[in-house]
Amino acid sequence: MSDIAIHAENLGKQYIIGQRPAAYTTLRETLSTAFSSSVKKLGDGRGENNKFWALKDVSFDVQQGQVLGVIGRNGAGKSTLLKLLSRVTDPTEGRAVINGRVGSLLEVGTGFHPELTGRENISLNGAILGMKHSEVERKFDEIVSFAEVEQFIDTPVKRYSSGMYLRLAFAVAAHLEPEILVVDEVLAVGDAEFQRKCLGKMSDVAHQGRTVLFVSHNMSAILRLTDETIVIEKGHLAMRAPTPQAVDYYLSAGFSQEGQRTWLPDEIPADAAPFKPVSIRVRNPQGNVVDTLRSTEPVTIEIEYELDAPITGLRVGMYLLSMRGEYILTSFDTDDPEQFDRKSIRKAGHYVSRCTLPADMLNEGRFMIAVNASTFRVKRYFQDEQALTFNIDAAGAPGMHWPEPRLGPIRPRLTWNIEEV
Amino acid sequence: MTVESNALVKAEAPRTVVIKPVNGWAALNLKDLWVYRELIYFLTWRNLKVRYKQTALGAAWAILQPFLTMVVFSIFFGNLAKVPSDGVPYPIFSYTALLPWTLFSKALTDAAHSLVQSSHMITKVYFPRLILPLASILSGLVDFALAFIVLFGMMIFYGMMPTANVWTIIPFVLLALITALGVGIWLSAMNVLYRDIGYVLPFLTQFWMTLTPIAYPASLLPEKWRLIYALNPMTGVVEGFRWALLGSAASAPTGMLAVSTGISFLILITGLYYFRRMERRFADMV
Repeated sequence: MSDIAIHAENLGKQYIIGQRPAAYTTLRETLSTAFSSSVKKLGDGRGENNKFWALKDVSFDVQQGQVLGVIGRNGAGKSTLLKLLSRVTDPTEGRAVINGRVGSLLEVGTGFHPELTGRENISLNGAILGMKHSEVERKFDEIVSFAEVEQFIDTPVKRYSSGMYLRLAFAVAAHLEPEILVVDEVLAVGDAEFQRKCLGKMSDVAHQGRTVLFVSHNMSAILRLTDETIVIEKGHLAMRAPTPQAVDYYLSAGFSQEGQRTWLPDEIPADAAPFKPVSIRVRNPQGNVVDTLRSTEPVTIEIEYELDAPITGLRVGMYLLSMRGEYILTSFDTDDPEQFDRKSIRKAGHYVSRCTLPADMLNEGRFMIAVNASTFRVKRYFQDEQALTFNIDAAGAPGMHWPEPRLGPIRPRLTWNIEEV
Repeated sequence: MTVESNALVKAEAPRTVVIKPVNGWAALNLKDLWVYRELIYFLTWRNLKVRYKQTALGAAWAILQPFLTMVVFSIFFGNLAKVPSDGVPYPIFSYTALLPWTLFSKALTDAAHSLVQSSHMITKVYFPRLILPLASILSGLVDFALAFIVLFGMMIFYGMMPTANVWTIIPFVLLALITALGVGIWLSAMNVLYRDIGYVLPFLTQFWMTLTPIAYPASLLPEKWRLIYALNPMTGVVEGFRWALLGSAASAPTGMLAVSTGISFLILITGLYYFRRMERRFADMV
C-alpha cells in the first residue's frame, strides 16, 4: 500500500448542465428556476436529463515514482480528473487515497498580482502552490535565472512582456517539489525556445523519482515523458497501457471516422453560440469522402457549420498538425483581405467553408485537423484541437524508389537542377 | 471534501489524503487552516501591498476616511442638530466610534468579495477557502492602527486621558473582527452563488451604520430597549470603545456586551458551517 501514491476508486463527478457554463446565478433566477422546475415536475417528471457525468467509475493506481500520462479528447474528463485529485473540487462519488503532498499545476501564475513585483509574486505564488517560505527563499535564485528575468525582478509584473510573465509563472511552478505533481498542459506557454526548456525541466522532474500525472495534447511530450498512459473517453477510463500503445489507440481507434466527423450536441460547448459546428470532412479529387488520400493528389477540407445569429469579423479555419502534435500550418477562410472585407458580416445561416491543400504537399502518415472559429482578439467561439484525422499515402510521391521513411511532415515535389560547374 | 491527514508530522513525511464526497454538514476542517498558515500571512500581506498602489495619497486614505466622516458628523450632528455626546466633545465622541466601525465595514466588504475576486485561484489550486475572507479581514488591522494614531492626537488636543480600562479595546477589536468574519463568511459564500450580494453590501453597511451608535450615543435609547439594541454586535463594540477610551459611561456596558458577544459568536459559528457546506461547490459555481 505504501508504494502506491494515488489510489482512485470509482471516482465520479456529476455536473448539472446549465450550472457550469452559466457565469453565475442571481437570486431571481434561482427563484424563477425553482418555480419553473416545480412546474416542469408537474408536467413530465423528467429532472434527470440535465445532469451529466463528467467522470464516471474511474479507478486506477499510480505507483510511487511513476510518471503517468493522461490523454483524451477535449471534454473527455481529463481536467475534471485532475481537479478531483488536486482537491479543487470534490467528487460526487467514489474515493481517492493520496499518499504524499500534491502540487498541482492546472495553470501557471495562479494568484499572480499585476501590481506586485516579480520578487513579491514569487513568494506569493509559492505560498499559493503550497511551498514553504523557506523553500521559496532557498530556490529563489534558481527560479529567477530559469525565468530569465533577473533585471526586472523588482518591477511590477504588469510591466512585463507576456513572455516574461509566463516564464516567471512557469519557473515558480517548476520548482515546486511535492511528492506528487499534477500537471495540465502548462507546456503550451511561451516561445519555442522556452517550451523546450519547460519540457526539459519536466523530464528532469520525471526522472527524479517524483510521482507525476501529466495531461497533454502534445503526443510527442507524452511519449517522451511517460512510460504508461491512461486514455479517458467520455468520462470513462478507456484504457491503460504502455504509452506508445495508448497513444496508438487514442490516435487510431478513437479517431477512425472515415474522413468525416459530425459533432454531437454534447461536444459543443454552450458558449460557442451562435456558432454551431456541424461536421468536417476530407474529400479526394473525385469528391469522395475518404480517410486515406494520396500525397500526389490535392486534399479538400470542408467545415460545415451553422450561425444562429450574424457574426462580424468571423474567421473559420483550421490548424494542420502531425500526430505528434506539431503544427504544420494555420489557415482561415478569411485570410485573404478582400474576402475578409466582403464577408465582414456573416449572416445567420448554414455554411460550408472549403479549402484545398495542393497536391505534393504532405508526407505519408496520419494528420490531424484542428478547427477554430473566432473573431480576432474578440472571442473564440469554438475550438476542437482534434477535429478529424486522415491518412496520407505516399504512393507516387518523390523519392519513393528508396524504401525508407522520410523525415518531416511535408513532402513537396521540388525541382532539383543538377549542374556541372 | 474530507481530509483525514496527519499534517503536523514533519514536512518530509508524506501525508495521506482521502478524497471522497461529503454530504450534509461537514466537520470544520480547522487543522488544514493551520497547515496553510503561511498563506494567510502572504495573502494578508498582498492585500496590504496592493491596496494603495497607484494612489496619490497612499495609506493616508486609512486616516482620511474616518477623519472626514468625523468632520462632517461634527458639523451636522454635533453642531447643528445638537446630538448629545455623553459629555465628551462631539468630534472625539464620533471618531472613537468611527474607528471600529471603519475597521468593521471595510473588513466586511472585503471579506464578502474575497471569494469571487479570487475565483481564478479557487478553480485552480486547493487551499482552505476560509483563508480568503480571513486574510481580507486581517489586512484591515493596519488601516485601523494608522487611524488610531490620529485618535491619540485628538485626545491630546482635547486634553483627555485614556481611562485605566484602555487595554479592553483589544477584546473589543477582536469582537469587531469576529463579527466582520462571521458576517463576511456568510456573505462571501452566498456571493459565489448569488451576485446579488454585491448590490446588497453598500446598502447593508449603510443601514447597519445607522443602527449603530456612531453619530449618537446609545444612551439616547430608553433603558428597556438597550439590550435588544445590542443584538447588533457593533453596538457593544462601539459603546465598549467609548467606555474604554473616553470613560463616557461610569460602568462598563456589561449587559450590552454580553448580548453583542453572544450574537457575534452565533453568526461566526453558523457562518463557518455554512461556509464549509458550500465550500466544496465553490470551484464549480464561482
